[in-house]
Amino acid sequence: MDPHPSTSRRDFLKTSSVAAVGAGLAQISLQSSVYASGDDSVKIGLIGAGGRGTGAASQALSVAPNAKLTAVGDIFENAAQAAASNIKGAIGDKASRVTVTPETTFSGFDAYKKVIESGVDLVILATPPGFRPIHFEYAVNAGKHVFMEKPVAVDSVGVRMVLAANEIAKQKKLKVGVGLQRHHQVGYLETIQRLKDGAIGDILALRVYWNGGGVWDPRVSWEKKTSEMEYQIKNWYYYNWLSGDHINEQHIHNLDVGCWVKGKYPVKCNGMGGRQFRTDKKYGEIFDHHYVEYEFDDGTIMYSQCRHIPNCWNSVSEHAHGSKGTVDISGYKIDGAEKWRYRGPNPNPYQVEHDDLHAAIRSGAEYNEGDNGAYSTMTAIMGRDATYSGQVINWDDAMKSEISLMPKVFSFDADPPVKADAEGRYPVPMPGQTKVL
Amino acid sequence: MLSLRTSRFVLQVLACVAAVAPMAAFAAEPGKAADMQPYVEMISGTDVKFEMLPIPGGEFLMGSPPAEADRKDDEGPQHPVKVDPFWMGKHEVTWNEYDIWSFNLDIKRRELEKKQPTDLDKGADAVTRPTKPYTDMTFGMGQRGFPAICMTQHAAKKYCEWLSAKTGHYYRLPTEAEWEYACRAGTTTKYSFGDDDADLDDYAWHYGNSNEKYQKVGLKKPNPWGLHDIHGNVAEWCLDKYEADFYSKFPLDKPAVFPLCIPNTEYPRVARGGSWDDDPPALRSAARNYSTDEWKQQDPQIPKSVWYMTDALQVGFRVVRPLKTPTVEERKTLQLDAILPSDAREKANRDQ
Repeated sequence: MDPHPSTSRRDFLKTSSVAAVGAGLAQISLQSSVYASGDDSVKIGLIGAGGRGTGAASQALSVAPNAKLTAVGDIFENAAQAAASNIKGAIGDKASRVTVTPETTFSGFDAYKKVIESGVDLVILATPPGFRPIHFEYAVNAGKHVFMEKPVAVDSVGVRMVLAANEIAKQKKLKVGVGLQRHHQVGYLETIQRLKDGAIGDILALRVYWNGGGVWDPRVSWEKKTSEMEYQIKNWYYYNWLSGDHINEQHIHNLDVGCWVKGKYPVKCNGMGGRQFRTDKKYGEIFDHHYVEYEFDDGTIMYSQCRHIPNCWNSVSEHAHGSKGTVDISGYKIDGAEKWRYRGPNPNPYQVEHDDLHAAIRSGAEYNEGDNGAYSTMTAIMGRDATYSGQVINWDDAMKSEISLMPKVFSFDADPPVKADAEGRYPVPMPGQTKVL
Repeated sequence: MLSLRTSRFVLQVLACVAAVAPMAAFAAEPGKAADMQPYVEMISGTDVKFEMLPIPGGEFLMGSPPAEADRKDDEGPQHPVKVDPFWMGKHEVTWNEYDIWSFNLDIKRRELEKKQPTDLDKGADAVTRPTKPYTDMTFGMGQRGFPAICMTQHAAKKYCEWLSAKTGHYYRLPTEAEWEYACRAGTTTKYSFGDDDADLDDYAWHYGNSNEKYQKVGLKKPNPWGLHDIHGNVAEWCLDKYEADFYSKFPLDKPAVFPLCIPNTEYPRVARGGSWDDDPPALRSAARNYSTDEWKQQDPQIPKSVWYMTDALQVGFRVVRPLKTPTVEERKTLQLDAILPSDAREKANRDQ
């Protein structure tokens, strides 16, 4: 006996919407020709077996009918080996969908190639963002469908690689999903559709925020590191070549929403930022706050803040001001000629983005989020270029930049692109001096 | 079924143990009825304080009568329960208090002011603190003066451990029985202010008046024992595992002493009082609510965080301090401290 199956309004709405999603999927017809093996399962390979990667794999296996996880790869052997059992534990009664074996568990810097070549239909790319362009290019060339986490690069060279590979993906009719899950969040879709329909008139300004207490602390201490490369990859968030700084790694979500509402990407920006709170050497080289003003070609400004300092005014949200009203986009609230608020179902967007991708793979429908993923990433990178340099950065100049942040050689004994001094301190970008283009 | 029926006899035995093996950190606590006065607890090394109100010991009928409007089956049968005296937070725990622990604000301030830790500080520093949240856990609803939300019951229990070490006073979550006893404050009506839903707006934030968000604590009238927001605003974690038929396990002719359904799984666990996100029936004194895995469904990580209930924007907690500090043995037997069940393993330093 369950005395109250719906415990609150929100729980009820979520529960009912999950059922609706399942029903929709069941009606999608299968195209067995999509699959090399001839059966109707989508074989998934996971590249990057950290918390988000195993989470994404679990979601991909949770709703899509007959999806199987057949291969896993990670730079680190223990992460690769632990992934299958973690995922099995998370998906409970669907654990039989994990068919990874020791022979299809790969580690090392080239593990991604082995996963891609293991006979999978779809790869999930969830390593630190710096590796994404290399992995995406390889997957597309091998003819694989892709789900890749945001951001899709850390520098302009990487963004251009992703855009070029995505052209090939489109030609090959490969499906490409990018983990900007707000595009699959019903409240956002409903709200932004109303803005497109003119609910607040012309958009005059946008405000977007990712202000929070920060993310995980470094896992390996300087004193305990076995190699510089391993140390930085394990503590990847704090190195620009791996994460692209937190403006790229997290704030991309909000910048992406602003560009989505505007229907285009900014033409230039200026900004300021620094390292006020996270000053310890263990926090590598990235800033802990950025403030950027982006300008679109029609003069509209998008004001952007991201901060990783606890106990401050924290907000993760997007807002727009129009000629006829305002909107709290993330709150799904419009205050215009008439007030409106989205109150419908709100199914888990991390799940829906996988449902939608798998539905497209099965139906053969066009499905490609690669260009938007690359341009939203570029928007964040351009903001970082502005805060690091203190200069006005133009989109066209930034897109052309030949500065690559990536290492020349990938191995544990190779030099990463940034090195610490004898005390373990990394050089921190200095506005007015740091060269970004 | 691991629920525990603690008899008077068992507690007396445990009390004997307490007499010979008091817990060092709390041995000085007197535990006399005369001590039951309201007090203000300062969190040392910060400027944050909170108020504790005395809840006298006594007996009450737990659950709701069959005739109560909107009653659910899990609220019965009504059965007598005996409750020992304790203090309870006048307000739900706010972010002002909670963030000191979760973001090391006391340690940071000590470093800035170049102060040495006290012995209590050292004990508190040794208590595990949560990993940082991926996103802003206030969800834009407000921080200063607003109730802390979105923590797992495990995190709430760990906070109590930290607060105990930090203050030298033993704090924990209330049992479900203690919570209902304090909420009722001697009343037997639907709510602690009567039976009429129309009066609810004077006492509680619920879906109909909250503008779909939590509100600052203490803005509504208190219950007869001075507790604010005991109905509504945020639902409050209790120590118990939820079992729909738990009440049927107790005799009707003599009071149950310290009933507690000891949890052995991550879900379901009890949260009482209803919230800003609930309709009035869920705010009744006897109404029971419980956690499910949907309270964490949007956590994108595997394994999911042991600290954050990403989707439980309606859940917070209130602390209690029993007059008689439990012994180490009691804490262990009754699982009063934070112990992770095997299905909710901690993964230190989760990334986003």
